[in-house]
Amino acid sequence: MIDWIAGVGRSTLSQVSDLGRASLMLMQAIFGRSNVGVYGRLTVDQIYAVGVLSLSIIIVSGLFIGMVLGLQGYTILTDYGSEQALGQMVALSLTRELGPVVTALLFAGRAGSALTAEIGLMKATEQLASLEMIGVDPLRRVVAPRFWAGVISLPILSLIFVSVGCLGGALVGVSWLGVDSGSFWANMQASVDFFDDVFNGMIKSVVFAIVVTWIAVYQGYDLVPTSEGIARATTKTVVYASLAVLGLDFFLTAVMFGEI
Amino acid sequence: MYSRRLELSVGAFVLLGALCLAFLALEVSGLASTGDNGTYRLSARFDNVAGLTTRAKVSAAGVTVGRVVGIRYDKATAAAIVDMEISQDFAEFSEDTSASILTAGLLGEKYIGLSTGGDPNNLADGDMIYDTQSAIVLEELIGKFLLNMSSEK
Repeated sequence: MIDWIAGVGRSTLSQVSDLGRASLMLMQAIFGRSNVGVYGRLTVDQIYAVGVLSLSIIIVSGLFIGMVLGLQGYTILTDYGSEQALGQMVALSLTRELGPVVTALLFAGRAGSALTAEIGLMKATEQLASLEMIGVDPLRRVVAPRFWAGVISLPILSLIFVSVGCLGGALVGVSWLGVDSGSFWANMQASVDFFDDVFNGMIKSVVFAIVVTWIAVYQGYDLVPTSEGIARATTKTVVYASLAVLGLDFFLTAVMFGEI
Repeated sequence: MYSRRLELSVGAFVLLGALCLAFLALEVSGLASTGDNGTYRLSARFDNVAGLTTRAKVSAAGVTVGRVVGIRYDKATAAAIVDMEISQDFAEFSEDTSASILTAGLLGEKYIGLSTGGDPNNLADGDMIYDTQSAIVLEELIGKFLLNMSSEK
């Protein structure tokens, strides 16, 4: 019994100290003496790695999710004779929920795990320690550009995902199933509000970007520097980031759309 | 030292994002279609607004001319007062304009239809429309229908 209570205490302490170290790392990486000229270029490098290289998976999944929404929505809406509301359904579910959430999940799997593995391998091969030896802060040289790249890339990817999804829905709904093109787009425009729906979706996406990238770089920076440690940290990144995204999404939805 | 292709692809990526934002703003949410020349406000008094929500369309002859911005309950007359913002482009509604709450399709959303009368004077900002037709409540219709059925027998 005593052992069990001690166990609870130990795991609580380790959780809290994990959180503390993660926050310290983030603060030092962001608010350390900045050198925008040099580190800005590193950020551009990282935007290529996490953003541009994720484009293909984002576009393909956006297209197919939009098409599935169009197909499923049509079969349900046609039962009630209101298939002209298809555009509204596709656009609202994409801008409010599916766009930010699915993009963040894909991003955690595609780019987050890569960030963790990269930083982890740098740590395991003592590259981070060498940087420190020659007087370069690895937090600002390695962690900060990756963090900013993630925070910039994910909202852009999310915008692309939503746009492609809407086009996919239109492709299935209008070109294939024969919903009238005018009423598809007009219904969409009448029901989607830029600030309530698109802008709130973007706020969600920025929050997810911060959380996912933070988890990814922290797991890489803090892992046990062995091959097994890298494997475990990469798994943790994907699991924690996905859980955090889904959990936060509920709270953000409750705050943003709870009253509507 | 800095590869040109990488710079190009990151630039294209950011531009693609901006393009998608523009697409979402203009095509998906129809941001451009509201508020070009400003709006003015009209109110209408209804006995019953069941199902009408804020942001619902206000249309005249089938053309969207504005949106519902507020629905209030007036204690003195026990009626609902609907505030509408009408685009300045459609500033000419005569003083005997009538407003009715209509439904788009059988299950569609409620909207307000305005039909102009023949009065030479036009409604101005802040005016009230009294000539209104309330929302159709399906239960009341069914009740009337059942009553007619039973009286015919």
